[in-house]
Amino acid sequence: MKILVAVKRVIDYNVQIRVKEDGSGVVTDNVKMSTNPPDDNAIEEAVKIKESGKATEIIAVTVGEEKAQETVRKALAVGADRGIHVKVDGIIEPLAVSKILKKIVEKENPDLVFMGKQAIDDDCNQTGQMLAAHLNWPQATFASKIEVNDKSLQVTREVDEGLETIEVNTPAIVTCDLRLNEPRYASLPNIMKAKKKPIEQINASDLGVDTNPRIEHIKIEEPPKRKAGIKVANVEELVQKLKNEAKVI
Amino acid sequence: MSVLLIAEHNNKEVKPFTLNAITAASQIDQDLHVLLIGSKADDVAKSLSEVPLVKKVLHIDHEIYENYIAENYTAAILKHSDKYSHIICSANTFGKNLMPRVAALLDISQVSDIIKVISPDTFLRPIYAGNAFATVKSNDEKKCVTIRPTSFEAAETTGGSAEIEKIDAADLSENTKFINREEIKSDRPELGTARIVISGGRGLQSGENFKLITDVADKLNAAIGASRAAVDAGYITNEHQVGQTGKVVVPDLYIAVGISGAIQHLAGMKESKVIVAINKDGEAPIFSVADYGLEADLFEALPQFLEELNKLNTIQK
Repeated sequence: MKILVAVKRVIDYNVQIRVKEDGSGVVTDNVKMSTNPPDDNAIEEAVKIKESGKATEIIAVTVGEEKAQETVRKALAVGADRGIHVKVDGIIEPLAVSKILKKIVEKENPDLVFMGKQAIDDDCNQTGQMLAAHLNWPQATFASKIEVNDKSLQVTREVDEGLETIEVNTPAIVTCDLRLNEPRYASLPNIMKAKKKPIEQINASDLGVDTNPRIEHIKIEEPPKRKAGIKVANVEELVQKLKNEAKVI
Repeated sequence: MSVLLIAEHNNKEVKPFTLNAITAASQIDQDLHVLLIGSKADDVAKSLSEVPLVKKVLHIDHEIYENYIAENYTAAILKHSDKYSHIICSANTFGKNLMPRVAALLDISQVSDIIKVISPDTFLRPIYAGNAFATVKSNDEKKCVTIRPTSFEAAETTGGSAEIEKIDAADLSENTKFINREEIKSDRPELGTARIVISGGRGLQSGENFKLITDVADKLNAAIGASRAAVDAGYITNEHQVGQTGKVVVPDLYIAVGISGAIQHLAGMKESKVIVAINKDGEAPIFSVADYGLEADLFEALPQFLEELNKLNTIQK
């Protein structure tokens, strides 16, 4: 069984986001970048499945500018066997990414495609579902547990009501939740080994996919700031304020 | 052209967030039709028809829709969405799972999780976990939009009498099978819709100590939340998590106890109307968003808080 894992390079989740003064976007120069957190869970799960003997190959793929390759390199250091970097500059929407990934899936014929449930930059939560739609494959989103069977997967999904379990026939798309597993750190020897693993570069334009944005970003601005209130001296004062001033209890 | 809203329900009743999405959809276009896809869901159709903002209810009833599988829903939506300018649903796990599948098959770049309708093609949406707001204009002819429910008021539920039209089911997808759903049962208000939420963080130090939170929650009829740190530490189960990767809550009163206020947590609660922070670290970032901050040891403050609440003659429920 072959698993394709899609990863995205985003601003590190610990970085305090700053909006550009001209309203054109957020500051990314000299800002720490990392793999989108739930994509790390996707890689980890694929590696665990391979370690259990149920998968033979893991391919990590990313779509983005030159430096996006770093996320593929990290996936290789954690256990992916080879990488694919689809090069494209500028803003690329989930719809276009899903069309690019469809081309990669048609070329590689994986049994499973894993990715994070959502990227923490645009917060769209679309790519996995869209890829599943293009391929007419079943989708198992927000996975917190995956059981691999012969020709199907049993996936527990985190939904608002609690947990839902579905069975999907393979090939299938799974989008991963943060609680699926605990992503490992790459060891130094594995980081060195990863440098020798191959990363194939493909230009998005060669795949014949229209990547022009359909959504115009008119303005990016800071959210209205919430003013800090007051500090109260003790619990008694707090309860009085809540009762008589805020009138919420 | 009219807008089509996809209803979320459990075949017995409408899920509350559908009502918030109805409000948002009606701001895009008042000619609002609701598509109800379900199994033996006549009661749901009736209650949707009584929502004054709804002009028409399209009802597909078939046993294959009992468990809201996205693949089956998608086929049904595609079959009946031709004449609509917008397809809309709430941006909770239901809509997040469903809408992109519909959008992709219509070759539409979806606008996710909007918090404001500026015009029928322009919307405000949070990005970077709410650390920036983007004004976006969709240039697709038809639009797929998901709504952040807590940013819109719930629609009125009585007084309307929309027509209910029964329409045909679509094909069944053979590749996805529902196994089971474990719903979290609780006597408390639901976290996403509660008027008061009290949340605990790593400062609680253990799962047993969450009893201090529970006691106050009982008194205030509040929902119980938690920071990701508390969930990761195993103090409480993850359905209580408030934040970027958990639930976004907008209660009238949010009480953060022993929570430092990491960016991810603030993203899930900073729109609350009144915020209280109880933390012994006076420098904790949570104080920068709190209306009322109490710098104190929570193990002393929470029992005192309960005691003071007990002294009050009345408490709003």
